[in-house]
Amino acid sequence: MTSAPHEPASASPHQSVPGGDWFRRYGLVLTLAVVCGALALVKPTFFSAGNLINIVRQISINGILAVGVTYVLLTGGVDLSLGSLVALTGVAAASLAHPGDWPALVPILAGVLAGLLCGLVNGTVITAGRVAPFIATLGMMTAARGLALVASGGRPVSNLSPAFTSLGGEVAGIPVPALILLVVTLGSWVFLGNTRLGRHLYAVGGNEMAARAAGINVTGVKLFAYALCGALAGLAGVVLAARITTGQPNAGIAYELDAIAAVVIGGTSLSGGVGGVGGTFLGALLLGVLNSGLDQLNVSAYYQQIIKGVIIVGAVWLDRRTRAR
Amino acid sequence: MTRTAATPLVLQACALAKAFAGTPALRGVSLDVVWGEVHAVMGENGAGKSTLMKLLAGHFPPDAGEIQIDGQAVRLRNPHEALARGIVMIHQELLGFPELTVAANILMGCEPVICFPGWLDHRRIQREAATRLDRLGLDIPPERLLRELSVAERQMVEIARALAHRARVVIMDEPTSALSEPEANALLAIVGELQRDGVAVLYITHRLEEVLRIADRVTVLRDGRHITTEPAPGLTASRLVELMAGRAAAVSATRSETVTGEIALEVQGLGRRHRFRDVSFAVRQGEVVGLAGLMGAGRTEVASAIYGLAPADEGEVRAFGHPVRLKHPRDALALGIAMVTEDRRESGLVPQLALRENMTLASLRQFCRGPFIDHAREARIAAEQVRAFAIKEAGSRQPVSRLSGGNQQKVLLARALLTRPRILILDEPTRGIDVAAKADIYALIRRLAAEGMAVLLVSSELPEILALSHRVLVMREGRLAGELDPRTASAAEVLHLAMPD
Ligand SMILES: Nc1ncnc2c1ncn2[C@@H]1O[C@H](COP(=O)(O)OP(=O)(O)OP(=O)(O)O)[C@@H](O)[C@H]1O
Ligand SMILES: [Mg+2]
Repeated sequence: MTSAPHEPASASPHQSVPGGDWFRRYGLVLTLAVVCGALALVKPTFFSAGNLINIVRQISINGILAVGVTYVLLTGGVDLSLGSLVALTGVAAASLAHPGDWPALVPILAGVLAGLLCGLVNGTVITAGRVAPFIATLGMMTAARGLALVASGGRPVSNLSPAFTSLGGEVAGIPVPALILLVVTLGSWVFLGNTRLGRHLYAVGGNEMAARAAGINVTGVKLFAYALCGALAGLAGVVLAARITTGQPNAGIAYELDAIAAVVIGGTSLSGGVGGVGGTFLGALLLGVLNSGLDQLNVSAYYQQIIKGVIIVGAVWLDRRTRAR
Repeated sequence: MTRTAATPLVLQACALAKAFAGTPALRGVSLDVVWGEVHAVMGENGAGKSTLMKLLAGHFPPDAGEIQIDGQAVRLRNPHEALARGIVMIHQELLGFPELTVAANILMGCEPVICFPGWLDHRRIQREAATRLDRLGLDIPPERLLRELSVAERQMVEIARALAHRARVVIMDEPTSALSEPEANALLAIVGELQRDGVAVLYITHRLEEVLRIADRVTVLRDGRHITTEPAPGLTASRLVELMAGRAAAVSATRSETVTGEIALEVQGLGRRHRFRDVSFAVRQGEVVGLAGLMGAGRTEVASAIYGLAPADEGEVRAFGHPVRLKHPRDALALGIAMVTEDRRESGLVPQLALRENMTLASLRQFCRGPFIDHAREARIAAEQVRAFAIKEAGSRQPVSRLSGGNQQKVLLARALLTRPRILILDEPTRGIDVAAKADIYALIRRLAAEGMAVLLVSSELPEILALSHRVLVMREGRLAGELDPRTASAAEVLHLAMPD
């Protein structure tokens, strides 16, 4: 593949420092390697297959959400409703997934479709209603959570068919959620770097007026981004419900923030037009490694939060430092 | 050199060098500026003029060489430090704070306060701003909001601001490229005022006649090197062109005299509320129709309406005889209508995307197999255009925002042509483009017309519009004021029609 033109690489508005070019491309990989190396020193079992598989399993939900919200951030928008969508779509899927109800495909599609619809609503409010993405998706965040609670009567929806919950299981020792994340990431990577619509996403995020003047359907591009983001949130919701074998109306609180953190660590600009899904994947991986590493080191949950906070800002700071002059 | 040993230097650049990502933009340029002179800096697109000015204004540090003020070496770490030492750069795009008043803008950063905690002394702000404006002979009310002013007026406010900061050197990077002739004249008059106050002006422009009119000395850069600094009075336009390009300029071809093509574009009773109304004209295949007028006369609005950027709310557009409804540039492009917009920052470039991606943005479908982009083909065609337009690249993967202004403009021209239009709308197509490249673009426009393209040309440069057009339409205050034959009409006649009574 000749492509992925928008690695964080071409992001900087300034000129580079010597060596900056190299670090820019591999900085995140390096950070990841250092963190992994440090963890492996303290905890020799870190590189065991079991532990690694565990980590990819744990990042898969956040990873899928992060890939989805990458599309939205690239257009210069934001989606705060992801966590609530995870809950809503999980409940929606679970309600159709009791044993003997339907084949497993039906609840899965229902969950994804519910997410897609919510994303479309977000996109419509933002484009046709000219409401700022922050506000529009904040509204969706609250409303979707309410809807999830109403639909489930506030109780977890359990007793799900084994066919459905197998989505949270393993195939040949590899977690299915991780496989889904892999497919979603690779698909997005090819899409963003090699298709017309992918290019248009960058153009809209980079300069909306110029995109319009170049004949690009800005409204359509934005609708697409929010709808796809919603659909992927639906997918994440379905996978989560399958993994915890319940549809939880209280699931996914603050997931959107983790997802956005992964995207930004991955080098996608919050103001749009720059970035890509490769970085997002690495960002999600870094967060996952930290979570699991700190757990295994028995760091208290309170301290974990502090450390994570510092590392999120630190990673982004380092990244921007190496790009600015 | 007319300067005597006793003349005090204000600002000196000594062997300044600057490279971007390994590519040198300036290779050891020296320059000195003395009190009260207008010092023009000229050179082709990408010669390094803006880079030199940005070094002097503290936007970034030089890789080598030093800057001296009054004979003392200084390090300017940011524009603020440069300002503190009396050096101000007037930017073309970033003009002040639109939501604040003119007075607040002028005194921004040196506001008089009543006592320590920082209460603003509003009355004194008004008064001092008024004095500054007066001294420049401007009648802009200080209490107006900046966003209500025209680009030209905003630039003047920026100059007044420079004075409020006791600037000794004012740097202007292509200040007139966005102005129409009367406005440009007003600006040149102000440059004269500054000079009389003992302020030195560093002045970048691609307009030779301006240089010959106002400059005391001219410095020419080429490929990041200092070519010469000479007193302006001895210079001629052709000598300047030769110095800049390193060769004599090509003689421009003449336009075909008669146009017999079918009517390609016809506009009838076009109007948009509060902008323009009752505009009717036609453009034939092979014809270049010029749309002249002052800033704000509605030329850009008419062009944007035809292109579907800001659709008209009354009247009719016909393309090749068929009535068409243009609600979006997409509709126009589908009909073979392309446009180069006036403001390349606002509605032209996607700054983060690379040159190639910007170039193919409007014609991407041609480079696709199914939904997938054929990267190899895209790269090949883009490289062809880079060669055809002699674009000076900053590196193929670099964001387009790193190209010099004139080269960015060429990218937009190439973008429009890659859509293979049959009707081409050009709004200030040569803004920021150097003299030699301009001649090439004129030749291109003539060739396209000769091949049957219909061209609607909006331009504030009267020589340009008179040289290229077969017919010139003049707009005044949102309406067509008349039509002139460019073979017989003079610039003065065009202006006379364009001026409100
Ligand atoms: N931030 C940047 N990063 C990389 N290259 C740059 C940057 N700024 C300028 N350049 C390069 O430096 C060279 C000189 O650019 P500069 O803007 O000084 O030209 P200029 O003389 O002002 O041209 P113009 O008449 O077109 O405005 C160009 O080749 C340009 O591509
Ligand atoms: Mg320049």
